[in-house]
Amino acid sequence: MPPMFKRRLSLFSPGPVGTIFAMIALIIWALVVLFPLYWIFITSFKLPIDVFSGPFYVPFLDFKPNLDAWKYILVGDLQRDTFRPYLSTIVVSTSSTILALVFGSAAAYALTRFTYRPKLGAVGIFIGCLLLVIAAVSLGVPWLLAVVVGLVLFFILLQTVARRFKRSLGNNDIAFWMITQRILPPVAVVIPIYIFFQRLGMLDTWPALIITYVAANMPIVVWLMRDYFQTVPIELEECAAIDGASRYRTFWSIVLPLSMPGLVATFLFVLVFAWNEYLFALFLTSANAQTLPLTVAAQNATRGPQWWYMSVLILIMILPVIGMAIALERYIARGLLVGAVKG
Amino acid sequence: MEWLDKRSGYAFLLPAVLVILCLSLFPLVLSLYISLVRLQFVKSGIQLTFVGFDNYAKLLVGIDHIHFLGDQAPPSALTWIVFGLVAASQVYLFTRYLRNGRTTPAGVVGRGIVVVGLSALAYLAVTTLAPGGRPGTLMVTLIYVFVDITIQYLLGLGLAMLCIQHLPGQRFFRVVFLLPMMITPVGVAYMFRMLTDTIIGPLLPIWSALGLVNTSWVTNAWSSRAAVMIGDIWQWTPFMFVVLLAALESQSIEPLEAALVDGANQWQIFWEITLPEILPVSTTVILIRMIEAFKIVDLPNVLTNGGPGTATESLTLHAYTIWRALDIGGSAAVAYMLLITSTFFCMAFANLVRQRYVQG
Repeated sequence: MPPMFKRRLSLFSPGPVGTIFAMIALIIWALVVLFPLYWIFITSFKLPIDVFSGPFYVPFLDFKPNLDAWKYILVGDLQRDTFRPYLSTIVVSTSSTILALVFGSAAAYALTRFTYRPKLGAVGIFIGCLLLVIAAVSLGVPWLLAVVVGLVLFFILLQTVARRFKRSLGNNDIAFWMITQRILPPVAVVIPIYIFFQRLGMLDTWPALIITYVAANMPIVVWLMRDYFQTVPIELEECAAIDGASRYRTFWSIVLPLSMPGLVATFLFVLVFAWNEYLFALFLTSANAQTLPLTVAAQNATRGPQWWYMSVLILIMILPVIGMAIALERYIARGLLVGAVKG
Repeated sequence: MEWLDKRSGYAFLLPAVLVILCLSLFPLVLSLYISLVRLQFVKSGIQLTFVGFDNYAKLLVGIDHIHFLGDQAPPSALTWIVFGLVAASQVYLFTRYLRNGRTTPAGVVGRGIVVVGLSALAYLAVTTLAPGGRPGTLMVTLIYVFVDITIQYLLGLGLAMLCIQHLPGQRFFRVVFLLPMMITPVGVAYMFRMLTDTIIGPLLPIWSALGLVNTSWVTNAWSSRAAVMIGDIWQWTPFMFVVLLAALESQSIEPLEAALVDGANQWQIFWEITLPEILPVSTTVILIRMIEAFKIVDLPNVLTNGGPGTATESLTLHAYTIWRALDIGGSAAVAYMLLITSTFFCMAFANLVRQRYVQG
């Protein structure tokens, strides 16, 4: 809590009536939040008969808790089907989050400390060449040939025509371009990505998902971290540069440690997105690299919803993230706010 | 080493640019192309037939237009009145902008697009939501986005206002209110399937008190849409809450003290001081939620399976069902319509609303 709130302002200390109303409202919303969680918690200890013979609310009183569902999922028949997706989810979400954080914060740092002036002409020529290549491929030209010709054409035009255009873009344009990538609905890019990985024979593998998640989540990192780096004083970096540290060293051992709170919040935020991601996983994986959201969703398809197994799966899926959220609650608000205020 | 150090500017930025180029921009352009072809999986790989705008025409006027745009009721007097009001307010705002003397060509074009787009969508809304009409996936997605965000913002703001008071158990409430955001949407969907079950669900006493036993939420179009929206509101109110709470906590205290000394009441302080101060943050969280909300897919897919019929299908789910039917080009066309819609609303909001409250 910021220091100024240590001073008690009468505005924030409601009278007895106000306190009672406020508490009632807060408790109601807490119940709204907690009741569904409580319900899946007790459902995970129920037998099918306890579920189907009507709602029972209190364990031991209404029904006898039973570990059947937990055993079935964790050590019984479904063991393999649970641990494989669990492992996939952990590997894919943590590694993609770390990579997104590395690339994204490097880019965010660069955008706050360097000046880039990409020539408008060069960008235009690049887009033009790209469209030409795609048109050529679609007309039946072998794609390797088209790409090579496109690249050559791009460099020739870059050296000749591009020099005539004086207008150039700035850092803000690059940042805007990166951040707006988040608007892109996954479903609009997933088909080409699917074909791309199919051609490479990488469908249903961890790397395919990791690469996709890095691209999908990096805009958030750039957005949040760019604003965070702007609050880090530049003097320290100048001192380090005078002492002979390279840019990379300065970034690694001065800027990153100073931005820890922002990094933690961003990490958690991106991790939750990757952990819960559904659509890309739905398209890009089938059996090998399936992640937990798909396992949970698939419970429906086979024999109608098996509430007791599903509850166990949902619980083991959300426990790690919830634990992390409770531990890092402080950082979340702060990290998100910096991005939101400066936008 | 020195060579590398001199080029550090590129070394920092290039990986991110390459990742976005390869996995966002190329796929996006390719997707546009795919939406213009009929793509078939054949033995030797993929066969493409160029069909021009056929896939889009199918959605807008062809066999799929009821699925995408919805069934339009014949316009009645009321629909014309509602539509007229919306269009008139649009035109009024546009002429006011033209007269204010600071017009730029880009501003005129942008606002023109907004006027046309909003009016067209308003017409679609009044005709499909009128009795006799049936909203398609486009309208359903827009309903999700706007109803959800409005309720989430109001709830989040209210809870944040309560949590900033000095009350017992503050810390507990803050942590608890955060939880739904962390839960996978698929899990949320199943939770609400259990809760909305009127036979074995835990809310049975409430249903029987209301005489609703044996009526299912998911057989009626509006109640299943409501179920999806309740799930989404439950999940994302925490995001609004957590950011707005942080914004409320960091507001400067001097104006509040001064207002109290001058004898302003709580209500006046909220309207005159607190609300203007948190408006920049508010517009940002709304923008972030808007960007994410357009992508909604897991909740309707698991909670209602898009049904009854296609009543709860969002655009992403629509694209997915077409994809499963192996109409890849059509799927890309739906995805592109979603991209256009969400870009339209996000850009309009960012440039016309948010710009006024946020500097820099």
